Amino acid sequence: MAFIPHTESDVAAMLAAIGAQSIEDLFDEIPPQLRIKSLAGIPEALNEMAVGRLMSERAASDGTLLNFIGAGAYEHHIPAAVWAITTRGEFYSAYTPYQAEASQGTLQLIYEFQSMMTRLTGMQVANASMYDGASASAEAALMAVRANRRSRAARILVPSTLHPHYRRVATATTHNQGLAFEELPYCSAAGTILPDSLARFAGQDLTALIIQQPNFFGRLEEVDALTDWAHAQGALVIAVVNPTALALLKPPGEWGTRGADIAVGEGQPLGVPLSSGGPYFGFMTTRLEHVRQMPGRIVGRTLDVAGKSGFTLTLQAREQHIRRAKATSNICTNQGLLMTAATIYLSLMGPQGLTRTAAASHARTRELIAALTRVPGVRAAFTGAHFHEAVLSLDRPVAPLLRALAARGIAGGLDLAPYYPELGPALLVCATETKTAADIERYRATLAELMTAARAA
Amino acid sequence: MSNIPADLKYTKSHEWVRTLADGGVEIGISDHAQHALGDLVFVEVPEVGRTLKAGEACAVVESVKAASDVYAPLAGEVSAANEALAAAPESVNKDPYGAGWLLRLKLAPGALAAAQLLSAAAYRELLEAEGG
Amino acid sequence: MSFTVSEPVIFEYSSAGRGASDQWPAAEPQAALADLPEALRRRAPPALPEVGELEAVRHFTRLSQLNFSIDTHFYPLGSCTMKYNPKACNQYAMLPQFLARHPLAPESHGQGVLGCLYELQEMLKEVTGMQGVALSPMAGAHGEFAGVAMIRAYHRARGDEARNEIIVPEAAHGTNPATATMCGCVVREVPVDAAGDVDLAALAAAVGPQTAGIMLTNPSTLGVFERRIEAVARVVHEAGGLLYYDGANLNAILGKVRPGDMGFDVIHMNLHKTFSTPHGGGGPGAGAVGVGARLLPFLPVPLVGKEGERYRWLTEADLPQSIGRLSAFMGNTGVLLRAYIYMRLLGRDGMRRVGEYATLNANYLLKRLMAAGFDAAYPQRRASHEFIVTLKRQARELNVTAMDFAKRLLDYGFHAPTTYFPLLVPECLLIEPTETESREVLDAFVAAMSQIQREAEQEPGRVTSAPHTMPVRRLDDVRAARQLDLTWKPTPPP
Repeated sequence: MAFIPHTESDVAAMLAAIGAQSIEDLFDEIPPQLRIKSLAGIPEALNEMAVGRLMSERAASDGTLLNFIGAGAYEHHIPAAVWAITTRGEFYSAYTPYQAEASQGTLQLIYEFQSMMTRLTGMQVANASMYDGASASAEAALMAVRANRRSRAARILVPSTLHPHYRRVATATTHNQGLAFEELPYCSAAGTILPDSLARFAGQDLTALIIQQPNFFGRLEEVDALTDWAHAQGALVIAVVNPTALALLKPPGEWGTRGADIAVGEGQPLGVPLSSGGPYFGFMTTRLEHVRQMPGRIVGRTLDVAGKSGFTLTLQAREQHIRRAKATSNICTNQGLLMTAATIYLSLMGPQGLTRTAAASHARTRELIAALTRVPGVRAAFTGAHFHEAVLSLDRPVAPLLRALAARGIAGGLDLAPYYPELGPALLVCATETKTAADIERYRATLAELMTAARAA
Repeated sequence: MSNIPADLKYTKSHEWVRTLADGGVEIGISDHAQHALGDLVFVEVPEVGRTLKAGEACAVVESVKAASDVYAPLAGEVSAANEALAAAPESVNKDPYGAGWLLRLKLAPGALAAAQLLSAAAYRELLEAEGG
Repeated sequence: MSFTVSEPVIFEYSSAGRGASDQWPAAEPQAALADLPEALRRRAPPALPEVGELEAVRHFTRLSQLNFSIDTHFYPLGSCTMKYNPKACNQYAMLPQFLARHPLAPESHGQGVLGCLYELQEMLKEVTGMQGVALSPMAGAHGEFAGVAMIRAYHRARGDEARNEIIVPEAAHGTNPATATMCGCVVREVPVDAAGDVDLAALAAAVGPQTAGIMLTNPSTLGVFERRIEAVARVVHEAGGLLYYDGANLNAILGKVRPGDMGFDVIHMNLHKTFSTPHGGGGPGAGAVGVGARLLPFLPVPLVGKEGERYRWLTEADLPQSIGRLSAFMGNTGVLLRAYIYMRLLGRDGMRRVGEYATLNANYLLKRLMAAGFDAAYPQRRASHEFIVTLKRQARELNVTAMDFAKRLLDYGFHAPTTYFPLLVPECLLIEPTETESREVLDAFVAAMSQIQREAEQEPGRVTSAPHTMPVRRLDDVRAARQLDLTWKPTPPP
């Protein structure tokens, strides 16, 4: 119980050394009226066997649905080696690498992670990760305000095709710091931002433009035109990108003439399981000139006193434990374990494996759309290329269909009614390399049966 | 013992001020300040043309253990900034009153009269009282 | 134990065409990508390393062997609570059904995990004495942000826009003032007295109509219990402010005292400290927040609600005054499951034993170190779960600093305690043994410290140039910051 090793004789000897009669004496500075009377609301302890059984029963009761949901969290194959190594005690139970000499494993791993993320995004520097893609996007907005000296306005243009939860997190995180977000509408035929719709902002003081690629609908934005327009207005460009897609798509560092200024995103697709939403990790990369405005931990390579190469946390003067009230952020963590998993994943996948994963996910989603749009009452909502998810328009409400699909063991996608009611009944679906032709056919057949039954009713 | 040239003026927040022939001033951080910070790794100087109020944060000096704001001792417009410090922040440590200058100001009218500057002797007393 | 000498960066193993091809899906025909516009395509694949599976496994396993960790070393880091991370928590949090579930999957197929999260909320409420708990903040600092944001939202909802000042004791953790600034507040510091308690007179002078609240840790960052906490609460509440509890030191009082009973209106808990979820080399944490009745409407969403026997997510529609969403989904669910399992393993009595034995270990270690000749910062006070030793005498007389002791401890196989925090005590070591360490480990630590003291007196160079047996010696921080090398670049051929 509580993993406490002390025997009675240990306790007696220790109390004698302290000069106290009992453990209770050690709490004598605490006013007695503050002591807990009872913790009746906490159940009795379970031993490990009982806890194991409890958790296994609960997991079994949840079961596993055949998953066709994307919407910011993507199911990909994770090699067994990734978590076998990540859960080694030396990584799992290590602390933040403040004592560099005792943490070279973690520090070198972060350096390798930073190196891989800059290559993936085409940017110049990366930090050691942030909580998730949504908070990384919010931090990018704050960073753009600090970095864009020419702009006084703290105004950020945000496409309505940016993940709805990311927009809400950005508002919740930044509204006490005076940022203003303006939403850009999307074209109802294309499901993307029309560069022409930006015209009304021309000549105004804009701090940054956020561009998500692929966007929340899975569609591909015209990133070059958008980037050049933003730069011509004196605004910085914040790219919010999917890391798997970057194996096939032009990286933010190469968008437009100058490239994006900050590139962030959700790193979960890189070796991190879906796990009901977390823990995930956000990545943040930028141009070298903005490195001092970037929040979060950064690892640098240096030499020790004997001239040997080693790794250490650097640029810490920006961080909370030194700058306190003037810190770039209050962030005190990086998602260490997840970043570790991602680094191992990227090493096992390499350029070929990641490219094949991206290509297979794109291909399976095309097949999924082709199959599902053969079902009467289902059509694609938008024209144009997408990466690995797409919106389907249905001729009847989505929610009851999703319930029925779940009862048949299928998680059919995300109902967009709460987020984009103007689309009418709409379903966001995704298929990755994990889906086979048989999986897709099972979905198609089940949906066809359910919709026929609904139509007859 | 800290070096405190007699011909300069100082502030409580450890900046020094040198009057220039053209009527403007040159500003930097004192020997005491550079010693307290340790080896500087980065210096951020203001943009030429920027207008500063007295007491406004106008530069940042960063070491591995601290990043400190530098405050404008007087009101004025930035006429020059020491861009060389970007490549060689250690100049501030090695020569805080010479090559380590941070910025020059064209003074606002009445700025000098309004300023609360310390003489070298008064600054030395301040440091002794602080225990430095 | 010995360390591998050094390990190349993974890119140095790279060889064109190599790869762990068993892990890759089959290649798609070119036609499958034909619909992707050429202008949006990447011109060349990303320059990731190309290595085989065994190469990668060996590389990362060797890297792990360069680390200290709780599984291998005593880690008395004050304020970090480096207690044993039970393997059961990891194993059962990683059951395949939990791992495979998409965050937006139907609630009908998530009653098991939702039940665990709901019960975790309830247990955390009970053990902290609060009325509501939200689990979505993803780290302690994130929880702090939520807490201060809720305080601001509360005052604004009352129509009081003037309250924008957060009071912080001068010994506070750096995240506290940083958080206040992120919430658009101004920070006002108050001093602590010589015994380590907040200066009540200074506090009374500092509060007023501008006071949004005060951020406190209890026991404080000085390792001692804030004895007049009820008086502090009264002063702040009477001035119209709220009390925020930084839960970093909850391990000291777990099962013994509840922040809600001390008068705190909002708290954050560090599940990766008190509730033993893994530190992971820097994360992921989880910063659950708890509130009293006044702040219930403002909790961040989503949180788990129960209707009859069914669990469901409560969102913006259920809490219209919520400070909003802080996470793309629902926070670090896998971490929360580990905390849930840990709390079920502890049970009611286990919670109490945590506070008791953490305090026993700290007081024992303090007394033994004092007997060995080290100076405690607050020798007259009981240690909480941690305490401060100051080495200012050694620094003055022997020119050997707290940093030097910390580095030499590594050679003795101990991770150093927290150094130079809190800022208030010069040359300090903040030492927190936690309840999961045995007496033998504590005695060995005292022996090592005594040995280092002898070295400092007789052979100081050995200490000031430590460590000697680690994979690297002391690193040049100045060079690291001046000559930024933040990503690997291949060495160009001569």
